[in-house]
Amino acid sequence: MSRIQLVRAGSLAAVLALGAAACGGSSGSKPPNNPGVSAAYNAAIGGVVNQSTKTGGTINFVASSDFDSLDPARTYYAYSWDYQRIYQRTLMMFKPVPGKAGASVTGDLADGPGKLSDGGKTVSYTLRDGISFQDGKAITSADIKYALERSFAQDVINGGPGATYLSPILVGGATYKGPYKQPAGLSSIDVSDPKKITFHLTKPFADFDYLMALPISTPVPKAADTGKNGGANYQFHVVSSGPYMIPPGGYSPGKNLTLVRNPNWKKSSDPNRLALPDKINLTEGLDSTDEDQRVLAGSADMEIEGTGVQQDAQSKILTGATLKANADNPSTGFTRYISIQQTVAPLNNVHCRRAVQYAADKVALQFARGGPVAGGDIAGQMTPPTLPSYKKINPYPSGSDNKGDLVKAKEELKLCGKPTGFSTKIATTNKGKGPAVGEALQQGLARVGIKTQIIAVDPSTYYSGVIGLPSNVKKQGLGLAVAGWGPDFPTPYGFFESIVDGRAIKPEGGNSNYAELNDPAINGLIDQAQGETDATKRNDIWAQVDQKVMDSAVYLPFVADKALTYRSPRLTNVYINDSFGIYDFVNMGVSG
Amino acid sequence: MGRFIVRRLIGVVLLLIIVSAATFAVFFLGPKFVGADVARNFCGRVCNQQSLVEVKAKLGLDKPIYEQYGAYVKGVVAGRDFVTGTDTTHCSAPCLGYSFKTDQSVWFLMKDRLPITFSLAIGAALMWLVSGVAVGILSALRRGSFFDRAAMSVALAGVSLPVYFTGLVALSIFSYKLKWFVNVHYVGFTSNPALWAKNLLLPWICLAFLYAATYARLTRANMLETMGEDYIRTARAKGLPESVVIRRHGFRAALTPIVTIFGLDLGGLLGGAILTETVFGFPGVGKLAYDAIATQDLPVVLGVTVFAAFFIIMANLIVDVAYAYVDPRVRYG
Repeated sequence: MSRIQLVRAGSLAAVLALGAAACGGSSGSKPPNNPGVSAAYNAAIGGVVNQSTKTGGTINFVASSDFDSLDPARTYYAYSWDYQRIYQRTLMMFKPVPGKAGASVTGDLADGPGKLSDGGKTVSYTLRDGISFQDGKAITSADIKYALERSFAQDVINGGPGATYLSPILVGGATYKGPYKQPAGLSSIDVSDPKKITFHLTKPFADFDYLMALPISTPVPKAADTGKNGGANYQFHVVSSGPYMIPPGGYSPGKNLTLVRNPNWKKSSDPNRLALPDKINLTEGLDSTDEDQRVLAGSADMEIEGTGVQQDAQSKILTGATLKANADNPSTGFTRYISIQQTVAPLNNVHCRRAVQYAADKVALQFARGGPVAGGDIAGQMTPPTLPSYKKINPYPSGSDNKGDLVKAKEELKLCGKPTGFSTKIATTNKGKGPAVGEALQQGLARVGIKTQIIAVDPSTYYSGVIGLPSNVKKQGLGLAVAGWGPDFPTPYGFFESIVDGRAIKPEGGNSNYAELNDPAINGLIDQAQGETDATKRNDIWAQVDQKVMDSAVYLPFVADKALTYRSPRLTNVYINDSFGIYDFVNMGVSG
Repeated sequence: MGRFIVRRLIGVVLLLIIVSAATFAVFFLGPKFVGADVARNFCGRVCNQQSLVEVKAKLGLDKPIYEQYGAYVKGVVAGRDFVTGTDTTHCSAPCLGYSFKTDQSVWFLMKDRLPITFSLAIGAALMWLVSGVAVGILSALRRGSFFDRAAMSVALAGVSLPVYFTGLVALSIFSYKLKWFVNVHYVGFTSNPALWAKNLLLPWICLAFLYAATYARLTRANMLETMGEDYIRTARAKGLPESVVIRRHGFRAALTPIVTIFGLDLGGLLGGAILTETVFGFPGVGKLAYDAIATQDLPVVLGVTVFAAFFIIMANLIVDVAYAYVDPRVRYG
């Protein structure tokens, strides 16, 4: 599951530098050049709530658990990526703005998007002036190269998506093992000029700027990645490049993370960050219900994981006008779906798969996910509505009430030679909403004679070793698998590549193309899209991919994820960033 | 007494070996019976055959189970290294395992959380011991009175209400509504003793409410039984003041079973007050276990289990020794 399903992992144009901003004065930089709006339900979707440049104060965030890792090469949680933007800088960054524009990128350490040459196979970035680490040492292109190379060292620092994306794209990437084993590094990343970094690609890659907005491009000083504080332990000793840093003793995994101002960050080098509060506290390890109550009571400002409030808080928020005005119900960018395994008979027959598509009760599945507010909108296609290639389609309508078209389902069963139905297994997780989704699917399919047995598995091995291990899927006969997917970066490639490109199937495990879809036509369209420089044409091609995937009937999408989230009224510059589907932490401040 | 303690300490070591071996087998052998591969838990997202082999070699999972356990015991005593290629991860003694999900030794994770669990357990234990025993004695001495009936009704409620209920109710009223305890979280004793106590007060009360109820009922029953004994009548007949009869002859004899159960309860809590720590968001050993179970971080679960067993066994030993002082009839040879 992309960006670890439980929590998934923007330019403030013309933000003028004022010296006081980094020093905690009473007023800061120019307000974000965005639509400021008053607090109202869903106001932070598309607008900036409580727009302000007031500096000083402390933000108090809460979280139920620790980050997957503070090491930028290892983290894969969306909220972790979002949070790192507060104190780390990357080559590019998702624009810190609300609405669709937030799903695009702008230069962070780089002064702008990559410059293409050699037919798109060479990409160059020039670094800004005045960029430095927390110890004052200037950041050079070699620090970024080293950071990117680290993500290949999966034997030492696994977890992040860097190697998956970079290996096939960078020349020599396929055989590179990272700087610990191969210190000579990748010759396809040229840093002969400390102010310039040039990448040599195996093929044109339209989303390269987006890749460079991921935490993998956070600069890492090689000297800090050695000895007992380096390698796997770097996550406890990260070196900051942004306006905040972790003071000594400021990070206790599972307990708290404190951020204070980085005295060596220069506002003049960073047009994207306001750096308003003096201090940012994060308390970790709280019970989810307790988190909600603290935020509602005002003793904490925001829950950062973005998974949405619990049922108790949901009722309070939706029935109280004041509370509701401080809440939002954004799309998270995730699509919840059932993978219909074409490697397990009789689902190797497209008509049997279509029977499943028609028979499923999408209303029941939606409620199993938490209903229209906490769960999301009923979906008819894989592409989430947050992506630019989204064009609404619904090839398998579930009747007028979305509870299934049983007549069509039975017709498809006849065509697949199983007029009275068949038996198969449903794989799902044994925690969270997984069991309820499995049961809702089971009951829906039973109406047309499709008998199912639910196999519930712990989430820690479910994706990697159960449905993500093709041989296991066949061996256990897991015909249907409950799944969800969100884009690593807000482009159709970031969403589709891992789950529909047949060349990305991993037979040895960790496979995300659960249905083992390997259609040459779809693979060809993916290549065509990535070589297309015109965004409109590219999005049209991705819409074709969506249609073809649905034609194959290997995925049954049922919900486009949403979450009910709450923002403290004292927080300023609050908006949902479409790149993450959650609040953007980078420019938040406090009013009092 | 010295020989007794040495004998019991040897027993403690043997018992810990049995507990750790059984737990080790459950976590590292058990999955094989259902066709699961333990190594996949530690393999990360990009888990191909090569990385799986590397993980197995690094953790020693490619060796027979008895060798794996041997390496585990050696690690506890002398520390151990996890080696793959050029990468070496050192785990210092006492190496109760290494969490490759968090990249920290299990002992470090637990050591870091011990002050929280100790603060919680010892404070609550004092509360429930004092209040539970006091209420039990008073109830026994005023048997059938309004106080006795009211106290035993409250005690019944205390036994019946789990801490995740009382904890949430307490938070709801005193933290969210009345705001007497805003943003409850653990503060180190050395950094601010007053805040330390203030933040622990609600968890202490909730935990003590649960246990005090048991102690009150147990003390009351024991006191009633003891105060009906012949030697109590003899003591009264000798003209001893009632307070001395109660204190020296009644309470002391009734205390023995209380000491037994107190040792077990405190030992269990020191191994982690999972529910209380989870409800109040206190990152102690219990919360560590809870999170490790949720993420299938097997070395941590194993480490906490062995750790909790150690405290329970040691508490038993201390209780046995304490008997000699509490009850003059007990002597060790």
